[in-house]
Amino acid sequence: MLVEDIMKTEVITLPPTATIADALMLLQKNRIRHLPIVNEDNHVIGIVSDRDVRDASPSTFIKDADSSELKNEIQTIMSQPVITIHPMDFVEEIAAIFYDKEIACLPVVSNHQLVGIVTEKDMLYTLIQLTGTHVQSSLIEVKVPHRPGILPEVAAIFGKRKTNIVSVLIYPYKSDPDYKILVFRIQTLNPMPVIQDLREAGYQLLWPNNIAEPRR
Amino acid sequence: MSCKTGFVFSDDFLTYHFNNEHPFNQKRVLLTKELLERNDTLNSKDIIPPRMASDEELQLFHDHDYVEAVKRAGRGNLSEEQGFEYGLGTEDTPIFPNMHEASSYIVGGTLTAVDEVLTGKRDHMLNLGGGLHHGFERKAAGFCIYNDSAVAIKYIRKKYNLKVLYVDTDAHHGDGVQWAFYDDPNVCTFSIHETGRYLFPGTGNVNERGIKQGHGYSFNLPIDAFTQDESFLELYETALREIAEFFRPDVIVTQNGADAHCFDPLTHLCGTMNIFERIPHLAHEIAHQYCNGRWIATGGGGYDMWRVVPRAWAQVWNVMKTGEPAKGALPKEWLAKWQAESPINLPSFWHDTEEANQVIPRKAEITEKNKQLLLNLLKYTKTIS
Repeated sequence: MLVEDIMKTEVITLPPTATIADALMLLQKNRIRHLPIVNEDNHVIGIVSDRDVRDASPSTFIKDADSSELKNEIQTIMSQPVITIHPMDFVEEIAAIFYDKEIACLPVVSNHQLVGIVTEKDMLYTLIQLTGTHVQSSLIEVKVPHRPGILPEVAAIFGKRKTNIVSVLIYPYKSDPDYKILVFRIQTLNPMPVIQDLREAGYQLLWPNNIAEPRR
Repeated sequence: MSCKTGFVFSDDFLTYHFNNEHPFNQKRVLLTKELLERNDTLNSKDIIPPRMASDEELQLFHDHDYVEAVKRAGRGNLSEEQGFEYGLGTEDTPIFPNMHEASSYIVGGTLTAVDEVLTGKRDHMLNLGGGLHHGFERKAAGFCIYNDSAVAIKYIRKKYNLKVLYVDTDAHHGDGVQWAFYDDPNVCTFSIHETGRYLFPGTGNVNERGIKQGHGYSFNLPIDAFTQDESFLELYETALREIAEFFRPDVIVTQNGADAHCFDPLTHLCGTMNIFERIPHLAHEIAHQYCNGRWIATGGGGYDMWRVVPRAWAQVWNVMKTGEPAKGALPKEWLAKWQAESPINLPSFWHDTEEANQVIPRKAEITEKNKQLLLNLLKYTKTIS
C-alpha cells in the first residue's frame, strides 16, 4: 500500500511569519497536533507540534502571565529540517520511520511541494484495515511448518469451501523459526466446515479451535 | 405470577429456509412450539399469526434498493455480481425462492409482537422466528436477511416514542442492531457474547460505546471463549441490573440466541441450560420493575437444534407465561415423535445432565478475565462523560 492511498490531502499549514498564538488557535480549532510550516512556494521549511507550541506558551498555573511570547513568530520555535515522505513510499516503510525517529506526523512532499500529510493515527487506522478486524468475520489460526508452498496449500481449503478470506497475516510461532502461524479472517458465521477440513488435512489449529470436536 | 402473553407463530416461518445443509434452520421454532404444547404451557389461544411487514416498515431500517434486491433475488432475477454488493448469494446467506416474503413474515412477526404489547393487549410477546441481529441497512450477513429487531425498534420509536432497552444474549455480537442505534440516546443496546477475537462478527468490544448523542448507550460484554455458567451469569446479571437502572427503559426487547451452550457447534462458550433458565427470568423481572411488564422477546442463533434450542426457547415462554422455567422430565410424546428424526439422542430432562459439565483447563483465568471486563463496563453505567 502506498502513502498516496492513505495520506490526507487537505493540509492545514502556517507561514513562518505567523505567530505562536495563530498556531495555538489552529491546533485547537481543528483538533490536530501538527502544523507544517510552508513558505510562499509551498515548500515545507519546518514543523511544529502541539507540544512545541505549549512549551512556548506561558504556564497556565501563573495568573496574569506575560503572554507576549505568543506574539513571537512560529519560525522561532519550529523544528527543522523536516523528515518528509513521498506519495509513492510504502506504508510499512513509514511505520518504521515513526518508530525509529519517535515522531508522529510526516508531511508528504512531491516536486518540492507539500501534497499531503500522514499521522500516526492514519497509520494505525491502516493497520486496522490490514488486519481485517473492521469487517464481519471469523478468525482461524493455523500453526504450519515454515516451508515454501504452505500458504497456498492451506488457503486452497478455504477456496474449496467458497469461503471468502478478508485478511491473512503470518506471524512467527513464539521463538521457533521452524513454524509460522497463519491467521485467516474469513467472511462467515459458520467456520465449521473449514475447520473440519483443516483438521482432516492434518493442520494444527490454535485456541480456541484446538479443543477437539465433538464437544459432546 | 401470571401475565398476559402471546406466541407468534405460523407455518410461514418455516419458509425462511436457505438449504438443507445450512445450519440456520427454522424448524427449531416448530420443535419448540410442539414441546410447549406437549408441556401444556402453550395452547391455541396463545398463538398469534405473524403479519407480513410492509415495504414501508422494512424501510424504517433497510435501504430501498436493498429491499428491491432481496425481492429480485427471491424471484431468481438477481445476478451473482449484483447480489455480492448486498451480501446475497454468499455461503452464509444464500438466495432461496421467495426470500423477501419469508423474511418479511419474520419482521412482521416481531412487529405483531410489538403492537400486541404496546397497545396493551398483552404484557409479553415471543417471536422465536425473529432475532436476526446481523442484518445491515443494505446488506445481508450472518444468516440474516432483514433485521427484524432493528426494524421493530425503529417502529417503536416512530409509532410509540418509547425508550427501548435491547438485550442480546446470542453468543455472537448483535452488531446489526448496535450499529442501527449507535447514535440514538433513546435506544440502549446491551450485548453479551463470546469475544470477537475468534468468533463472527468480530466486533462487540467493551469500548464500543455509541457516538454523538448516542454515546453512552451501547454496552458490550465480550466474554472469553469457554466461559461457563457461573461466570456468564455473574457478569450478565450484574451488568443487566446496572444498565437497566442507568437507562430506565419503557420497553425491553430481548434477543434469545441459544448458541452460548456448550453443545453448540459454532461457538466456544460453555453454558448449560442454567443460563437459559436465568436469562428469561431476569428479563421478566426487569420488564416488571421498569417497563410495567412490556417485554418483547425474539429467538436468534442456536445451532444444536435438537438438544439445546427447543428447551432453551421453550423456557423463555415458560417464564413469560408462568413466571418460572419448567422442571423435571421432558414430555414423552414430544421425545417419541422427534427422536425418530433427530440424528442424536434427545435429552430426557429440561435441565442438563453431567455430559454438559465440562472441565475447562483455564477456568480460573477465564473467570478472572471476565471479572475485569465487567469492571470495565460498570465504569460506564454510573455517569456519562
